[in-house]
Amino acid sequence: MDPLTRNDQTLDGRPSADPGRSTAPLIEARGLVKRFGELTAVDGVDVEVAPGEAFGFLGPNGAGKSSIMRMIGAVSPPTAGHLRVLGMDPQTDGPALRARLGVVPQEDSLDQQLTVAENLAIYGRFFDLPRSVIRARIDELLEFVQLGDRADSKVDPLSGGMKRRLVIARALINEPSLVLLDEPTTGLDPQARHALWDRLYRLKQRGVTLILTTHYMDEAEQLCDRLVVMDHGRIIVEGAPRQLIADHASREVVELRFHPGGQDGAVEQLAGIGEHLEELPDRLLISADDADAAVRAVHDRGVEPATVMTRRSTLEDVFLRLTGRTLVD
Amino acid sequence: MTTPLAVRVLEGHARSYRHTWRGTTVSAIATPVLFLAAMGLGLGTLVDEGTGGGIDGISYLAWLAPGLLAVSAMQNGAGDGAFPVLAGMRWVRDYHAAIATPVRPADLMLGNLAWATIRLAALLTVFVVVAAAFGALPLGRGLLAVGPGLLVGVATCAVVSAFMASRKSDEALAGLFRFVIVPLFLFSGAFFPLDELPTAVQPLARINPVWHGVELSRAVALDIPTRMGWPVHVGALVLVLAAGIAWGIRSFTRSLRS
Repeated sequence: MDPLTRNDQTLDGRPSADPGRSTAPLIEARGLVKRFGELTAVDGVDVEVAPGEAFGFLGPNGAGKSSIMRMIGAVSPPTAGHLRVLGMDPQTDGPALRARLGVVPQEDSLDQQLTVAENLAIYGRFFDLPRSVIRARIDELLEFVQLGDRADSKVDPLSGGMKRRLVIARALINEPSLVLLDEPTTGLDPQARHALWDRLYRLKQRGVTLILTTHYMDEAEQLCDRLVVMDHGRIIVEGAPRQLIADHASREVVELRFHPGGQDGAVEQLAGIGEHLEELPDRLLISADDADAAVRAVHDRGVEPATVMTRRSTLEDVFLRLTGRTLVD
Repeated sequence: MTTPLAVRVLEGHARSYRHTWRGTTVSAIATPVLFLAAMGLGLGTLVDEGTGGGIDGISYLAWLAPGLLAVSAMQNGAGDGAFPVLAGMRWVRDYHAAIATPVRPADLMLGNLAWATIRLAALLTVFVVVAAAFGALPLGRGLLAVGPGLLVGVATCAVVSAFMASRKSDEALAGLFRFVIVPLFLFSGAFFPLDELPTAVQPLARINPVWHGVELSRAVALDIPTRMGWPVHVGALVLVLAAGIAWGIRSFTRSLRS
């Protein structure tokens, strides 16, 4: 059977009476809290993820995304709240639950001395898969992540993008019902990111449920059916990427950059243009439904920025509008 | 039938070892040769020509070899407790990948200990064969001394891995070897009888668990009585091993499951 084709099971792992139609949530969190001493990393989060969904946690570093992933992955006990994953309690059913998850951690955590295939083989044995099954899946998965010709090469010389793809293959060795990806493309160059997104998109098409965290709004827009925007351990808004932009940002944005010192005073001169004016340390952002009209208005008021750029609104703008801060510092 | 989780971890160690066995085998053979040549022959000539004529009527080389077996078990056990754990938790972080599977922190601790046991058993057997070829040990009784050596090494591995897992960084590594392992090595009774120390510090040296292993190893290899009777010496080492395992399971879980 194709290890990447996902299936028809009810939450507790029994075959569903109505295959493929199960809509009971794969993840159900209510009032989820995680504290480390004085620090509250996750502060009362409610989330439901349906089978087959690609769901994202978007937020800046320290928003609590990774802590949520570790709780869902049954490696970190919640401090408070209700959490069910695949119908199981991560605290009491840890090994049984983890047997059905695929995890792509932030760090590659590959054994550099071993070959590509050996890294997968050792991981497969952690799931107690028979060696013959592991061999077959290694071939198939390496083909899927486009590393078919690198099975016997050491991990060390692989590029960052190749290592990430290998980690994704590793996470799929047990044919998981649910794949958790923590910052899957952080630190990769744009080409490698696109190659990785393409693989994740294919996984999604095959019906695998994906949960990912990211602080890249383009990643969230590319991959997520639905997402929550997080800040300081709380969910500030939830929805489909397009919907969030429609609801919380104007259609377009004008970015004005000034020569040193030129930005001072421009804020007062530009007051009233567009729907909203945001001042950042290095630029001014004007939200407007008609960017060209806004640019004309800027010039009419005699303001001369060094550069003017117009673009569509993104999730970055949603985050900025809701928190007053940018996602990536 | 399911494979116990710690055994799956053990399999992973065995698989990795395919890439590193050459280096460890060379050092397994070279270390006893170097120590026996320098201490046993070099220093031993002086000792044997001295007033006592060896130690308790035994040539220094023959007296040293079983003690050396026990202390090299301790050193290798410390290495097997420190480096795989630091790699797994901090350098490579493969422990973090492993606990995302059904494997639990306790399985990582016990799997590493099981692998260290197998490796130490092989290493100490090589040691005895080399030492026997050197004329330092009778092969048969020497092989019996692998037992106490193994107990010393495995107990050390358990305690060291527990300690390393309890640290937040790898800064403790140098201090551990410099201020704990080296003194335990020097004052273990392997190189000179602890009776030669000033009376005031003798009790301090006697609480060194490695000394119990040296006593046992020497008693078995040379067919002489132990100082306190073997139940006391074995009991002391088993106690250290049990404490190390209990502490290890706790510190692995705390470190990986925050």
